[in-house]
Amino acid sequence: MLTAVLGLGQIGLVAAIALGWASKKFAVDVDARELAVNEVLPGVNCGACGYPGCSGYAGAVVKEAAPINLCPPGGSEVITAIARIMGLEDDVTEPQVAVVLCQGDNRKTTQKYIYTGMHDCNAANNIADGPKQCPNGCLGLGSCVTACPFDAIEITADDLAVISRERCTGCGLCVTACPRQLIRMTPATATVHVLCNSHDKGGVVRKYCEIGCIGCNICKKTAPEAFKIDQFLAQVDYAHDDDAAMAIDKCPKNCIVDFNSTYPDGSKFKPASIQPPTPACAGKDLP
Amino acid sequence: MAPQLYMSSSPHIHSGESTNAIMRSVIYALLPTCAVSVYYFGLDALLVLLLCVAGCLAAEALCCLLAQQPVSIGDGSAALTGILLALNLPASSPWWLALFGALIAVTIGKQVFGGLGHNLFNPALVARVVLLISFPVQMTSWTAPNPIGSGVDAIAAATPLGEMQTAVMLNGQLPPSAHSGFGDYFIGNMAGSLGEVSALAILLGAAYLFKKKVITWEIPVSYLGSVIAFGGIMWLIDSQLYPDPLFHLLTGGLLLGVFFMATDMVTTPITRNGMLIFGVGCGVITVLIRLFGGYPEGVSFAILLMNGATPLIDRYTRPKVFGRILHKT
Amino acid sequence: MDKKTFVGGVHPPDCKHYSAAKPIEVCPLPEQLIIPLSQHIGAPAKEIVTVGDQVFKGQTIANATAFVSVPIHAATSGRVMAIEPRPHPSGKLLPAIVIEVDGEDRWDPSLKGLDVAHWNSDELRQRIKAAGIVGMGGATFPTHVKLSPPDDKPIDTLIINGVECESYLTADHRMMLEHSEKIIDGINILRRVLGVKQAIIGIESNKPDAIACMTKAAAAHDIEVQALEVKYPQGAEKQLIDAVLKREVPSGGLPMDIGVVVQNVSTAAAVSDAIRLGHPLVERVITISGPAVVEAKNLLVRIGTPMEFLLQQCDGIKYELDKIIMGGPMMGQSQLSLAAPAIRGTSGLLLFGHQDLPHIEVGTCIRCGRCVTACPLHLLPATIASYAILGRFDEAEDYCAHDCMECGCCTFQCPANRPLVQNLRYAKAGILAKQRRT
Repeated sequence: MLTAVLGLGQIGLVAAIALGWASKKFAVDVDARELAVNEVLPGVNCGACGYPGCSGYAGAVVKEAAPINLCPPGGSEVITAIARIMGLEDDVTEPQVAVVLCQGDNRKTTQKYIYTGMHDCNAANNIADGPKQCPNGCLGLGSCVTACPFDAIEITADDLAVISRERCTGCGLCVTACPRQLIRMTPATATVHVLCNSHDKGGVVRKYCEIGCIGCNICKKTAPEAFKIDQFLAQVDYAHDDDAAMAIDKCPKNCIVDFNSTYPDGSKFKPASIQPPTPACAGKDLP
Repeated sequence: MAPQLYMSSSPHIHSGESTNAIMRSVIYALLPTCAVSVYYFGLDALLVLLLCVAGCLAAEALCCLLAQQPVSIGDGSAALTGILLALNLPASSPWWLALFGALIAVTIGKQVFGGLGHNLFNPALVARVVLLISFPVQMTSWTAPNPIGSGVDAIAAATPLGEMQTAVMLNGQLPPSAHSGFGDYFIGNMAGSLGEVSALAILLGAAYLFKKKVITWEIPVSYLGSVIAFGGIMWLIDSQLYPDPLFHLLTGGLLLGVFFMATDMVTTPITRNGMLIFGVGCGVITVLIRLFGGYPEGVSFAILLMNGATPLIDRYTRPKVFGRILHKT
Repeated sequence: MDKKTFVGGVHPPDCKHYSAAKPIEVCPLPEQLIIPLSQHIGAPAKEIVTVGDQVFKGQTIANATAFVSVPIHAATSGRVMAIEPRPHPSGKLLPAIVIEVDGEDRWDPSLKGLDVAHWNSDELRQRIKAAGIVGMGGATFPTHVKLSPPDDKPIDTLIINGVECESYLTADHRMMLEHSEKIIDGINILRRVLGVKQAIIGIESNKPDAIACMTKAAAAHDIEVQALEVKYPQGAEKQLIDAVLKREVPSGGLPMDIGVVVQNVSTAAAVSDAIRLGHPLVERVITISGPAVVEAKNLLVRIGTPMEFLLQQCDGIKYELDKIIMGGPMMGQSQLSLAAPAIRGTSGLLLFGHQDLPHIEVGTCIRCGRCVTACPLHLLPATIASYAILGRFDEAEDYCAHDCMECGCCTFQCPANRPLVQNLRYAKAGILAKQRRT
């Protein structure tokens, strides 16, 4: 009994000394501020800041004086927190969310051909510019879903990508993933959008899409400040979009949508006014 | 107007081979073995077979429903797992043993990894080993073959490998059964699990698989070759203590393992050199366990151990790419 | 004769019986020709005519814009109707010169043949470039580039590709049977340009008549004919060199790095026409075949003839089409419609109905390793594909994804019908994008 206690005690002592020595000898100097910054970052390692993960960004903020507003998922709270740790001005950026500028799902648009092969928008877009007749519409094969680290994008049953405004953190990864550049970063306060990305003439758009912008100018006449028309495509001017909602009912093709009251057809996401907001990193328990 | 034409990336034609066809071929190749087992062990064997297959199909359907995935029992892999599991059980297995094995095989062996193609270990062998460790009595209660129509009640008996291990342990030398009766072993007239008794039936099935090009020569040849070589060396060293390589080949689950378990595509290397290493590894471990281990039989452990090494083997046996002198590892 | 081959590859059903016995027929002129400015690998040509211009057959209508580029010629006489984006076999709308055919088919009077003996290799090379000759096996790599090895890369062997390993296609086969003398003449000119003595014609043994015919024609010219085992993709440049000479082209390298130049039989014939007669590349033989076509044919077609017109020459289709393929079934491009024209690289036009093509559901990879055995470049397609799908391009690059030549063997063999070639293409694009960023 005594031997056992002594024996184990000796082993413990030797190990303790060795560990203590090693922790001194191989200690890595970490700036306390770096740890603190890492602590306030969201910890999802999405890479939207351009650094390898949250700890990489924390290191860059402390050592390389990287801008402190590069973390869109963290939003203004994180910027304020980093600013406090680093003793900097909190240069709060306006929070942004991504919007898919298309409502043309498979029921509302026509296809050029039947695509078979890899389930990826970029791959499909390489075959005769994608199966969709509309050269700018959503292909619905989910490259943005794969890119999104926050599970904020769904593909509806009729193959249209829809982004949840509650879950979107504004990291912008989906924007680069989309081969048709139809996902835009917009101010989170702007809820009215023209959900179309086709610059084709009205007559051409009518042929392939029930719900595409035909450049009829009615929205601009209704709310001249809020809209601009660029090559047969109406766009909301997010700098002066106060009156944008006035044009929603006027649009003959129903392509102006207020995300405060409705989401595109077939989406399981619901506007915040109907459903209580869910935290950004809620995980996969939601529909 | 709905589009008429299909477009896709090249190529536009296909060999016509499908996963279902491969699974079907393996099931056909196992039919002779199933038939022999029913002949020697009667309705007991048939019951075990049916229970295992039904259990695997049910477990697969259940897993798919739970995961809200399309039910994949149509691909034949669950049925195949069931047959392989049954062939690894003794004919006297109680019903609950078979069903529990089926549940283990499909859930722990396959579905937790993400279903067909993602499992690291051979599902049937995972189940067999779990059962062997959990229920050693039931899993080693063998009966002597009792051909249909012989009119005799089944009697308990030991497998040749079991007999050998006991004899070596007790007397320090091989029993008479390790020197003779090879003809019986070849046609399957010995005690053992359903699928390990008849070498003849397995070879028939294997020939079919080779003809259908479902399996390639690398793993069977390297596995058998290393068993013969290693077993042969031991036999030459002391033929009183270590059996003849032919005894190794014909007894136990070696042939079943070589042609149906070690050639399972999902859990074995995809490179040619990897397959050779895999086969040699299996052979050496099998003989080591049989001659020096605590269990009389080592095929399932050998294959499972090498299954675990498969990702590593694949990583280090990348073929030389055309036009490259050396590849980076 | 012993049959040589390479390691790997597959055996697709050859399906050449539809058109192998059909002699080459001259396709009549359509009402208009659509001649795209991009018909070859390299920079597109730049047009030098304007709408309304009268052009002769063989007149240069667009100039080469770089070393790796070739001029484009009017394929018949007529008037330039339009220069605008038109359907292209790639499925996109690309700039093309549309010629209204006048039916007189007058050659440009300034085109004259040469007496080869008085010209040196540089002049011959210029002439080949001016004639717009590109690899006619389908890759459409400009021929003069292949014929211009730098001084530190001596060429010792010219291999002539008469393999035609793609199923259905019989254009090269018919060329060898009907124009063997012209091909031999082209080979002699190519040998002269390159300054090499050794020339070997590789032909797969499923074309015994072509082997016999070429052997007879080559006998007096010290040209060897090598029979090859029937296997796809034997006609791929690197595999053909490996089969014939047992030399491996280094990864990322060219055949000239190991002293070899490979040219297609049809290219050799076109070289002969360009030098002896002064005729630029304005027509080629195209196999129109497939189970859905009423009468499969080998047609001598003007560049720019719309595919619809070609199909009319074959009495149309038997049943509704499911897929149109330009080129062979393993590497060809599926077509959006029949509106696109035949171009210099078009070796075949294949038509399939619903029952003629596989409709196998895509399953998960069961790691069967068939793609590994089939890959003629000894890659691990399934492994690279899984990295590609995950967007892990560093690993894909480590597994040499960029060496893939997209021959299609892996996808052809895959029992789960996974789109491996497309995955690999995706990986290659990802690797390129990554390299551009850094």
